Amino acid sequence: MQLSFNKKKSSAIRDSKGDRIFSYFNAVIMTLISLACLYPIWYVLMASFSSTAAINANLGKLLWPQDFSLGAYQMTLKHPLILSGFRNIFLILVFSLPLQMTMTVLCGYFMAAKNVMFKNAIVSFFMFTMFFSGGLIPMYINQRDLGLYNNLWALIIPGALSLFNAIICKSSIDVIPDSLTESAHMDGAGDFRILTQIIVPVIKPTLAVLLLYYGVGLWNNWFNAAIFIQDNDLLPIQNILRGVLLANNQSLNQGTQSADVVNQFAETIKYAAISISTIPILCIYPFLQKYFVKGIMIGSVKG
Amino acid sequence: MQDHIADRRLAKPNIKKPSFKERLKKDFDHNKIKYLMALPIIIFFLVFHYRPMYGLLMVFQNFSPRLGIDGSPWVGLYHFQRFFNDPNAFRIIRNTFNISIWSLVFGFPAPIILALLINEIKNKTFRRVVQTVSYMPYFVSIVVVCSLIAFFTQSNGLIPSIMETFGFQRDNLLANPKYFVPIYVISGIWQTMGWDSIIYLAALSGIDQEQYEAARIDGANKLQQIRRITLPGLKPTIVILFILRMGSLLSVGFEKILLLYSASTYSVADVISTYVYRMGLLNADYSYAAAIGLLNTLVNLVLLLVTNHISKKVAGQGLF
Repeated sequence: MQLSFNKKKSSAIRDSKGDRIFSYFNAVIMTLISLACLYPIWYVLMASFSSTAAINANLGKLLWPQDFSLGAYQMTLKHPLILSGFRNIFLILVFSLPLQMTMTVLCGYFMAAKNVMFKNAIVSFFMFTMFFSGGLIPMYINQRDLGLYNNLWALIIPGALSLFNAIICKSSIDVIPDSLTESAHMDGAGDFRILTQIIVPVIKPTLAVLLLYYGVGLWNNWFNAAIFIQDNDLLPIQNILRGVLLANNQSLNQGTQSADVVNQFAETIKYAAISISTIPILCIYPFLQKYFVKGIMIGSVKG
Repeated sequence: MQDHIADRRLAKPNIKKPSFKERLKKDFDHNKIKYLMALPIIIFFLVFHYRPMYGLLMVFQNFSPRLGIDGSPWVGLYHFQRFFNDPNAFRIIRNTFNISIWSLVFGFPAPIILALLINEIKNKTFRRVVQTVSYMPYFVSIVVVCSLIAFFTQSNGLIPSIMETFGFQRDNLLANPKYFVPIYVISGIWQTMGWDSIIYLAALSGIDQEQYEAARIDGANKLQQIRRITLPGLKPTIVILFILRMGSLLSVGFEKILLLYSASTYSVADVISTYVYRMGLLNADYSYAAAIGLLNTLVNLVLLLVTNHISKKVAGQGLF
C-alpha cells in the first residue's frame, strides 16, 4: 500500500507544471489531427445516405445523413460498369496475390540463402533495377510488345513482384536462427520443404503485412488500367470510380433509371461508389496494424 | 624433427584447392534447387525490367512501334537537343522542383513531429486510437483522395467557407494556380503523415528510457529532452529516409497530378512525369518522351549518389 502510493507520488513530482500543460496541449492537437484524418471519410459515408439536394446545400459539411435513404447504394449496385469493375478487381486479386506471394517468398528465400556461389551477382542484378529503370515509355512499349494490352493479364503479370517487399521478406528470413533450418537440412529436408514447412510458418506475420501491401496496391491502382485497358468492361473498380466521379450527372446514369431517380441521387451515387470501394480496406487494416511496425522497420532499416 | 614434418604437412596440404570447375559443380549440386527457385525471378526481371532498358535505345531513334527497336531509324542525340530547345522544358523542370521542394520542406518533418507527439501520449488506448486513425488516409486510393480534394475545395465546399471567415475570397481552389501547390502538399501530408510516422515511432521505442529518467532527474524539460535524447536517437532513421527522399526528388508522381490538374493550372502543375505521359502516351511521340524520362532517371540517380556521399561525410552514415 505504502509502496504503490509512493510510486504514484514520485511521478507526480517529476512532472513539472510545464510538462502537464504540454500534455493537455498535445492531447488537443492529437484529437484535432485524428479528426482531420477521420472526417473526410465520415463525411463521404454520411453523404452517401443523403439526398443530392442535401449534399449540394452542405457540401463538405455533413455530420449525419440528411433525408436518409439507401437509394444511391441500390443504384450503384445495379450500375453495370460498377459491377464489372468489382468483378475485374476480384479477378485481379485472385490471380495476382498468390503469384505475388509466391514470387516474393522465392525471391526473399534466395536473397537470404547462404553459401550460394552466384548469389551476390544475381542479387545485384535484381537490385540494379531499384536505381535505374527504363521509365514509363519503354515499359509501356515493352508490355504492348508482349501482348499485355487490353486484357487483365496486363494488370497481373507485370506486377508479380515488388523488390521492396521481397527485401522485407528476406530480412525476416534473415533473423530466423540458422539452427532451425540446419537441423531440418540434416534430417534430409530439401529447400522446398524447408521453405514451405519451416520458414513460411515462422514469417507468417510478415507475409500477412506483405499480403496487405500487395492487396491495397492492386485495389487502389488506376494508372496501369488507364494506359493498358481500352474496353470499359475490363476496367477495375478504381477506374470506374474515376469515371463516375468525373462524369456529369446526366451521362453517368443514362439509361439505368428514370430521370427523377437519377436527379435525386446524381451526387449521392458518387459518395456511395466511394464508400463501397473504400470502406472494405479501411475495415481490414486495423487488424494487421500490430504487424506494420515490424514489416516496415525491417524493410527500410536493414534493406 | 617430427614436428618439422608435421609443420610442412600443414603448410602444404595434400588436398588441392578445388578448381573453379569443381567448385562450380559442387555449388550446383548443393544449390540447384535454390537456383531453380531464383529462375522465375530472374526471368521476371529480364522481361519486365531489363527488356525496357534495352528499349531505352529508342531515345536515339525516331521510334515507331510498327518498326520496333531494330527497324526504327537512328537520329543520334536529336531528341535531347529538342528537349533543351523545348519552350516547355523550363516550365516543367521549375514546376517539378517547386512541388518536390515544398513537399520535402513540409512533408518530411511532418511524420517526425507526429511521431514525437504520439510518443508523448501517456494513455495507451488514446495512443492506439490516434495511431490507427492516422494510418487511415494511407489506405484511401489516390482516385478517392483526389475526389475528396475536389469536394472540399469547390467554391461552396468546406475549406473555402472556412477561408472566407478569415477574410479570403471564396473561390474554386483547385482551378486557381495560386493554390495548386499548397493543395498538393497538404493533401500529401494528410495521406502519408500517419503511415510514415510508423518507422519513427519504432525508432523511438528503441531509445533507452533510462536516459529520459536521468535527464528528468537533472531537471531537463521536455524540449531539452527532445533535443538532447530523442532527436539524436532518431538521427540514423532520419538520415536514411532523407537520402531515399532525395533520390526521388525529381520524380514527382504523375498519378495525383494527372487527377488534379486542369488546363487552368498547367502553368504550375505540369511536371516532368506528366509531360512525359502526355508526350509519349497521348501524342505518341515515344522517343522524345523516353528521352525526357531518361534524363529524369539519371538526374535522380545523381542526386541519390550525391546525397549519400554528403551524408557519409557529414553524418557519418549512408545507404551504401
